[in-house]
Amino acid sequence: MSTHASRLTRQRVRSAWLFLAPVLVVLALVAGWPLLKTIGYGFTDASLIDPASAKFIGLDNFSYLLLDSHWWAAVWNTTVFAVVSVALETVLGLVIALALNAQFPGRGGLRAAILIPWAIPTVVSAQMWSWMFNDVFGVINHMLLALHLISHPIAWLASPDTALLSIILVDVWKTTPFMALLLLAGLQMLPQECFESARVDGVHPLKVFFRITLPLLKPALTVAIIFRLLDALRMFDLVYVMSGNSRDTMSMSVYARQQLIDFGDLGFGSAAATMIFAIIALFTAVYLTVARVGRER
Amino acid sequence: MTPRRIKRLIGRGAFYLLLLVIGLYTVFPFYWAVVSSLKSGSALFQVEFWPAHPAWDNYVAVFREQPFGRNILNSLFVAVSTVALSLSLALAAAYALGRVRFRGRGLLLAVILGVSMFPQIAVLSGMFELISGLGLYNNLLALSFSYLIFTLPFTVWVLTTFMRELPQELEEAAIVDGATPFTIVTRVFMPLMGPALVTTGLLAFIAAWNEFLFALTFTLTSDMRTVPVAIALISGASAYELPWGNIMAASVIVTVPLIALVLVFQRRIVTGLTAGAIKG
Repeated sequence: MSTHASRLTRQRVRSAWLFLAPVLVVLALVAGWPLLKTIGYGFTDASLIDPASAKFIGLDNFSYLLLDSHWWAAVWNTTVFAVVSVALETVLGLVIALALNAQFPGRGGLRAAILIPWAIPTVVSAQMWSWMFNDVFGVINHMLLALHLISHPIAWLASPDTALLSIILVDVWKTTPFMALLLLAGLQMLPQECFESARVDGVHPLKVFFRITLPLLKPALTVAIIFRLLDALRMFDLVYVMSGNSRDTMSMSVYARQQLIDFGDLGFGSAAATMIFAIIALFTAVYLTVARVGRER
Repeated sequence: MTPRRIKRLIGRGAFYLLLLVIGLYTVFPFYWAVVSSLKSGSALFQVEFWPAHPAWDNYVAVFREQPFGRNILNSLFVAVSTVALSLSLALAAAYALGRVRFRGRGLLLAVILGVSMFPQIAVLSGMFELISGLGLYNNLLALSFSYLIFTLPFTVWVLTTFMRELPQELEEAAIVDGATPFTIVTRVFMPLMGPALVTTGLLAFIAAWNEFLFALTFTLTSDMRTVPVAIALISGASAYELPWGNIMAASVIVTVPLIALVLVFQRRIVTGLTAGAIKG
């Protein structure tokens, strides 16, 4: 019997690898190989037109990258974008999640409505908001003027002072629903007894929130924030559609793509892309470590 | 009325005001796109919250001035083929990862999760070379193929978590009956995985339909563009004169089906999104 069982197990393990093989081959082809090529190109002077004639130039691309003020501007823009938009999304998402966690008529409808920004393609939301932010005909300037909050129209996307802020606001609109839904799922998994006994004792709702809800929600919050931060660090679509290759708003991904495709500098662009990968890999490693520590505790 | 009741009434009022603000905030931008798309000529440049004379001119113009019908078909082809490929590959892998115990399973899951964190820009130059080498530049198959980098890890991950929760007895009964692993997956598990396949397929479809960076980089001519690229690159007579009416009409056309899908499947989408994030 036992030899029969172990034969069956071996057969199962063999077919498991057979079933996994296609996925592993495809992932190696679409992720592994292109990543290795990109890293490899980073150490050469390859051009997009004729990659075959590339020569190895060591760390030249990387040292040049670290001296380029445009790159540092892109790093700064991306950092500001990631930190500010994720912070705003977390606060807003928490407010929406708490509201949706209450009982009220039309709750299902509102929960469906907040999925709309999430489902709209990023390019479409970029265009919709560009139109709303339009300096002459835009509805935002119109409303702010009507409310006497501003005295003259603002060129939201053209002015360096407001361009990044405008893009952040669009990202907040687009991704807050995702945050809210993750946090709502987290809220619904919390043990109800704590809240009931707090209510029986007449504890103030604000105190309940800061002493009970927030600490219990911390694991869900951490996961959601790190997910969003990783996403924000690689953002491309919004910036590219709303303000093109403008230096005031350029993100790291826009910078790398401009070098790669628009300037045809395959070697240098690959070096920039490799840097972005290293930054995000570092972040992911920290996340996985934190997640493991959290689970063991 | 007692002060206590007044206080409660104010609290309730404030809560409903908050709900109203949340609703307006999420829905208004799309509403404004719909309103703008229905205004033709100079009406577009006046702020009116309800179109006085709705007209379809912009919708006609979008299809007349660029191959927008073709762009929609391109997007459909790419999204559907990406979903079909991801689901069939991922279903087999999810069986292996979710039901069979073997050495290295944890490591494989970690690698797959790692790939889902890849920034697309990090593979752009390598992928560009691969696609040119295969002769697929400016070809829709390049997109179906390259999109697997973000749909595959996600579908494998979510289907594995669903697969794990199916009852053990079913599989044991099938094994006793002498079923091969292939039969178990296709005959026993696949029918049970229906809802999970719909959820993950839908999420993968939306991701592929919305993708921009690869589509922008791997296509060249306007008849090969997918919808997001076409909408991003719509241009008017001059660089300073964007045809906002057309852009809004195109935006509404591609968004309405997505919103319909989301409203019909909202419960499943929420389950899928949270399964991907929280259980992981």
